[in-house]
Amino acid sequence: MIDEMNRGTTEVYTGLKRIGVDMVASLPCVNLRELLTLIDSDKGIKHVPISREEEGIGICAGAFMGGMKPAILMQNSGLGNSINALASLDLLYGIPVLMILSHRGVEGEEVSAQVPMGNLTGPFLRAMGIPTYRPIIGKAADAIREGWERAIAEHTPVAILLDISFWRSV
Amino acid sequence: MKRIDAIEAVAREGTGSLIICNLGYPARELFHVADRAENFYMLGSMGLASSIGLGLALACKDKRVIAIDGDGSILMNLGSLSTIASQEPDNYLLVVMDNGVYGSTGCQPSAASGKTNLSEVAKAAGIGNVREASSARELRDYARKMRAGVLVVKVEVGNADVPLIDLEPNEILERFTRAARASRSS
Repeated sequence: MIDEMNRGTTEVYTGLKRIGVDMVASLPCVNLRELLTLIDSDKGIKHVPISREEEGIGICAGAFMGGMKPAILMQNSGLGNSINALASLDLLYGIPVLMILSHRGVEGEEVSAQVPMGNLTGPFLRAMGIPTYRPIIGKAADAIREGWERAIAEHTPVAILLDISFWRSV
Repeated sequence: MKRIDAIEAVAREGTGSLIICNLGYPARELFHVADRAENFYMLGSMGLASSIGLGLALACKDKRVIAIDGDGSILMNLGSLSTIASQEPDNYLLVVMDNGVYGSTGCQPSAASGKTNLSEVAKAAGIGNVREASSARELRDYARKMRAGVLVVKVEVGNADVPLIDLEPNEILERFTRAARASRSS
């Protein structure tokens, strides 16, 4: 099955498995669809489809406190829905979370409505002091490992931003 | 029933459980009546008590997890009820303290206070076991017997005169995480 996946999907999935992610909270993006299919069929990962991204930040915090290694998969638009939770839950207490973000509204975007949040995603993350990785194809699994190590060491959320070209790589 | 008495009853019946408690006066009241390492006091992220509790329940399957939420807070995150229903944890009790107001900010009425029936909302979201408690006796009974589901507790408007929580956020996290993980590996 994995042979049919695009390179980006394979790399992110490999990265998540290598660090031992055992729970994923997700809200779909079209660029995450193959990854979500993989995760949903992986018995080693508890998949929790959510109704709003902020909810996933709460679920990941609870799962982390209980000893799991959670990640949240979402579109960058969901970052906007998660800001208060990231600040007054994760940053306040020092709770790590790995955020895998499909970054829309950047080069190659076909939907103009994605552009404002696409432009604001980097500034929001910087303003919040959230370590952010923007790996090119071939580097995502390493970025995920490095990001998670930093999340644990620095007690912080981290963002892996994966732009449109990343998902189109073949 | 005063909310502080309801919280104390839940804490007493939940002695062996991990408790996530909503921010503001509810957390202060729980801290005052029954502080222990197995309590996680929210200080922010209003609306996420039910979500934090769900994540914890999925991680700590051998332990009952109780989240103490409020009517105003659950309104901010109604989708959480569908998520809980879809995950069907058998160790997760969500307790909604329903006084119809935002108690910690001056008791302004919540949008749920007039026409919304939160028990029916929970049922319609697909939660299998939903109960409502209006008396201390009913509350004790349900809090003892219900391992999972949603319990809506009708409480009076008003906050107890209790001090602020005398713990730093990282202290709350560290001692709670230790207690939760100990229960997971045992």
